[in-house]
Amino acid sequence: MQPLFRSRRDRLDRLRRQREEAVEAAARRSAVPPSGSQTCPGCGAECANQDLVRSEYVCPHCGYHLPIGAYLRLSLLLDPFTFRELWPGLTAPNALEFPGYEEKLSSQREKTALCDAAVAAVGKLDGISAVFAVLDSRFFMGSMGVAVGEKITRAAEYAQKHRLPLVIFSASGGARMQEGILSLMQMAKTSAAIRRFSDAGGLYISVFTHPTTGGVTASFASLGDVTLAEPGALIGFAGPRVIRQTIGQELPDGFQRAEYLEEHGFVDQIVPRGQLRDTLAQLLALHRKGVLHR
Amino acid sequence: MSELTAAQRVKIARTLGRPGTLDFVNALFTDVFVCKGDRLHREDPSIFGAIARFHGRPVTVLGHRKGRTFEENMKCNFGMPSPEGYRKAQRLMRQAEKFGRPIFTFIDTPGAYPGLEAEAEGQAEAIASSLSLMSSLTVPVISVVTGEGGSGGALALAVGNRVLLLENAVYSVLSPEGFASILWKDAGRADEAAGVMKLTAADLLRLGVADQVIPEPEGGAHNDPKAVFAAVDRALTRHLGQLLREKDLSAHRYQKFRAMGAVLEETET
Repeated sequence: MQPLFRSRRDRLDRLRRQREEAVEAAARRSAVPPSGSQTCPGCGAECANQDLVRSEYVCPHCGYHLPIGAYLRLSLLLDPFTFRELWPGLTAPNALEFPGYEEKLSSQREKTALCDAAVAAVGKLDGISAVFAVLDSRFFMGSMGVAVGEKITRAAEYAQKHRLPLVIFSASGGARMQEGILSLMQMAKTSAAIRRFSDAGGLYISVFTHPTTGGVTASFASLGDVTLAEPGALIGFAGPRVIRQTIGQELPDGFQRAEYLEEHGFVDQIVPRGQLRDTLAQLLALHRKGVLHR
Repeated sequence: MSELTAAQRVKIARTLGRPGTLDFVNALFTDVFVCKGDRLHREDPSIFGAIARFHGRPVTVLGHRKGRTFEENMKCNFGMPSPEGYRKAQRLMRQAEKFGRPIFTFIDTPGAYPGLEAEAEGQAEAIASSLSLMSSLTVPVISVVTGEGGSGGALALAVGNRVLLLENAVYSVLSPEGFASILWKDAGRADEAAGVMKLTAADLLRLGVADQVIPEPEGGAHNDPKAVFAAVDRALTRHLGQLLREKDLSAHRYQKFRAMGAVLEETET
């Protein structure tokens, strides 16, 4: 029996190392090279990349939260060596045979090294196991097609089955236009999965990041037991351009920003990126005793 | 079925004289008691709600309202609901659940209202919680797309055990105008967009989004509304009969929407 266990353990260790290497490589890919600088979209200041890496991509001058990729996000949150990606190769076919969609998907995949706009993983945060799903706005603006809808749904089902809490980071332009009505149906599918998970007593923490609009805001992202947002994140149903057209006037300052949503009662707390890990740790610990009550 | 282009069907779906929710309610239901208000803020006339009888059985009826006259159009905001409308719908769905009433919904909206107040009052939250609630209901839910099924504003009333479409109804992720404007930065290419969006009843049946297409008279439902009412009546009766025999309607609905959209999987090596 002993050798059998040993070989199994070795195999698992090897798999784990592979995955860890994959996430580290991905984090490196998501990160801009440490040399050079970039312009902050918030204040226009030149920020040295090495400063941005240290500040978790928050502008040291004005506090603007630059969008970050899914793997980088996970690497900032999870305890070392606890990351295990779920369904990494999940994609959806061009079911509507939309002209040019496949080419566009290929170029996005090449550009981002992602299969689609969502990454799901199980891992530990401050020692507490949880399921994480992160939308990556670099891939098709984080839009939800069938692959994203399926991954969010599976994440909720997995969390329910394994009695784990669920944390989802949203960043999305809404439904994926190229997948048409099937994208729309993902709103119903994901909302139903979250509902089931919730009815079973599962804890779901939704974190809005910049920007989250359309079908993602109008489905799973708005159904958290606890809802957090990063400072300054644009969060809404309709995009600002559409609203401006509808009402024919300029929008007030700060409209649809995280602070505006907090003021209107749709967000529990706005949490700066640097405090997000501690806040999530606190929330997970507060719910630890009965992660699933039933 | 006649051979019309997708763009032609979009036009028929939007025809002013096309039967709308109120016409279906008057034709198919008796003992109609209209229910108003979300109990939180306001009555939104763009979503109709009522308790009524369908062949003698008490049911709850919900549906989008566009209005016929210009005055009604204004009052109903051209069928674009505000968050209050969805919250009223949720209230009436919970009530239906409590009293074990089947729910019929009639879908006809260009989409939820994209305005300033709607955002301030949580349009996204209102739609999301409608989707969540509808998925959990244990009573039969049958949705009929009668005209335009526009985006999340339509879906928020359409998480049914059955989703039926009239032959010339359309159902899409966004209006063809909005779609063309987002993808090609040119709303003028709406007809072209309609062509590639797969939004006709036949497309939706093929994609598994629609369960049945209800035929319309030549030229559209407005040419012979009575025939359409009779066809919808037959369809609703048949589907309700089937659903009343289902054991777990919430699970049935879950599986229905769970199956929407096939995925490809690369196995991990």
